Amino acid sequence: MRSTSRERSKRPHAGLRQVTGALFAILVALLLAAPAAQAVTPSPSPSPAQQGFQNSISGFLRDDARAPIPGVRITAKGNNFEGTATSGANGSWTIPVPSKGTYTVELDTSTLPEGIKLAEGQQNPRDVSFSQTSNLSVIFAFGKGIVVQGQNFGQDLLNRLVAGVSFGMLLALASVGLSLIFGTTGLTNFAHGEMVTIGALGVFAFNAWGLPVWLAIALALVVGAAFGYIQDAGLWRPLRRRGTALVPMMIVSIGLALAARYVFQFFFGGDTQQLPGSQVTDVQLGPISVSPNTLWSLLIAAVVIAALGLLLLKTRLGKATRAVADNPALAAASGIDVDRVIRIVWVVGGFLAALGGILWAYYRPGVTWDMGTQILLAIFAGVTLGGLGTVFGALVGSLVVGIFIELTSLVLPPDLKYVGALVVMIVVLLFRPQGILGRRERVG
Amino acid sequence: MDFGNILSLALGEIVTPTTAAYALAALGLAVHFGYSGLLNFGQAGFMAVGAYGFAISTLTFKVPFVVGFLIALLCAVIFGLLLGVPTLRLRADYLAIVTIAAAEIIRYIVTTNTLFRVTGSADGLSSFQREFDSFNPFPAGTYIFGWSNREFYVRVVSWVIVILCAVIVWLLMRSPWGRVLKGIREDENAVRSLGKNVYAYKMQALVIGGILGALAGLLFTLPRGSVQPANYATELTFFLWTVLLLGGMSTVLGPIVGAMIFWVVLSLTQNVLAGLIESGAITFLSIVQAGQLRFILVGVALMLLMVFRPQGVFGNKKELAFA
Repeated sequence: MRSTSRERSKRPHAGLRQVTGALFAILVALLLAAPAAQAVTPSPSPSPAQQGFQNSISGFLRDDARAPIPGVRITAKGNNFEGTATSGANGSWTIPVPSKGTYTVELDTSTLPEGIKLAEGQQNPRDVSFSQTSNLSVIFAFGKGIVVQGQNFGQDLLNRLVAGVSFGMLLALASVGLSLIFGTTGLTNFAHGEMVTIGALGVFAFNAWGLPVWLAIALALVVGAAFGYIQDAGLWRPLRRRGTALVPMMIVSIGLALAARYVFQFFFGGDTQQLPGSQVTDVQLGPISVSPNTLWSLLIAAVVIAALGLLLLKTRLGKATRAVADNPALAAASGIDVDRVIRIVWVVGGFLAALGGILWAYYRPGVTWDMGTQILLAIFAGVTLGGLGTVFGALVGSLVVGIFIELTSLVLPPDLKYVGALVVMIVVLLFRPQGILGRRERVG
Repeated sequence: MDFGNILSLALGEIVTPTTAAYALAALGLAVHFGYSGLLNFGQAGFMAVGAYGFAISTLTFKVPFVVGFLIALLCAVIFGLLLGVPTLRLRADYLAIVTIAAAEIIRYIVTTNTLFRVTGSADGLSSFQREFDSFNPFPAGTYIFGWSNREFYVRVVSWVIVILCAVIVWLLMRSPWGRVLKGIREDENAVRSLGKNVYAYKMQALVIGGILGALAGLLFTLPRGSVQPANYATELTFFLWTVLLLGGMSTVLGPIVGAMIFWVVLSLTQNVLAGLIESGAITFLSIVQAGQLRFILVGVALMLLMVFRPQGVFGNKKELAFA
């Protein structure tokens, strides 16, 4: 419907045949370095058996002031296997195990530093089991760590709020791209999560190649933008020219998401890796204790979003983009090159998503092959909350979602923290389906 | 490499209960999308609701099989109503986002450690199938293809259910009710102008497809005797869409044949690749990577199908849920 130049497309199939080839070429090129590099990457624990097994039991030892505890011995027994690990300088320990199942994990309390004890009610040794994931994390709480939340609710609230704003801003980076793409092409892009992942994986791959972090980040952003460009040039533009309706395009984006996700896993593997500088100690800012990475992330996202806002409001290109989002046919009639605008939107969207992905890798912290998929629904929630297709709505919606997710983890268990945001999204759709900043007419 | 073995393994996939479950769930999607134009991206949620509805009611509340079965279906009806109320009046993509979100909510809730006693958390639940097994009428022994009596029993039950449901859907879609649904798919406003309550029809379609999904969830879990949350992630829904598009979205036979093709191809590629790797013909892949390669192919297949043959194997191009 939205294609403006169908007459130009004499052989629409020709472009499509190259679609998958072109897309995978770049993915492959990017990720080829990753598996080789994994061996070079310093592993978080000095365990000798690190390389042998697919599965692992791991954790971080932090005292009640969240400072890492190094040099503590931990053993895991079970399934005819026994493994030991000593926690590293950042408090992390990993015991690779041959198979999933039940293990008895014991922390050697005699290796604990003076003055640090396991918190009351912390079982030691304890039985742990896992069957679905390849990594199981075991948390040992120390001192009065486990009751800190209850004791200082106000402080915790402040911490969560800062973290939530930071998380919301990085969500906003991804959502703004999704929302721009939706606004200009009408496509709900389910592959946006993979555009987020590619940023973080890119940094990891380039860094593992031996490039310095700043260069790796810059290159990863270029890859993200290129991914957006190639998607549009190789896939979405030919589809638009064929006059493919929106629902089939949405399903195509699901296929792309599946394929890209497993391509990532194919080359990257199922493990969680860390970007350089992702394990840092929190700093104290007045009453707030926060990771410096979170603050940097907040700052970077704010600057980029402000720049994007200026671009959209003040420049000719921004005006053209908003015109296309409003009414593509009218925009084309008034002399705007709609295809060019959409191409730029894809490139910018890819860039923003990749940046969001890098910040997300530092926020979690960790890089995995499916990290984008994990926040895809939070991104959708932000976009829907703000109003589909409105750029500033996506910003506001994402902030709300980010803060909400962090704040709900005060009352909900951490493994339910995304549920609150999704429920809120559904409830908002009940009462204000056009979203916070959307206009009523946009909703069918 | 033993081609005979690989081939018989692949052909064996045609009648496994898992294939039946995929066929049934995709049939539910056909009711949703193929016949009514509803974009349900949460079919995995319906399956999970069915499976957990049954497992929790029989394990925690100790109800008999039939009651648990009915509770599972009731849960799916409620889930469908909950999803439909906020979204069926809105544009199609809202339903898509809400259904995928709702399915994930279900998965998060059954995965959380807080509810370990009820849901078994990430390990899931097991040994709720004993009463189901006790209905097994076949005496011990080996049946066609060397199946044990239980294997034979679950296959018979699964496919009887699939065929029954397929006949019901076929009859429904030939009825005046089905014609209204197809009308809604083609032009909602035209149907509304004829005085039909479009919202009610859509809701009925959503619930019926959801019940098929819940039944599929039972077929998926009862034979293997365990239910685990990781099986009900969004990938499952996307695989079901691939199955649906493979067979043809507005046909009854399409989802069933689609599921068979899907599993035969998956089994063939896995075993052929594994054979090639073991015999040393392929050295650049590990067995794990071969497994991932299959899912890359699924994604590519989904894209290509949607672009080049949206009507699938059996479909009629005039009967597509989109222009």
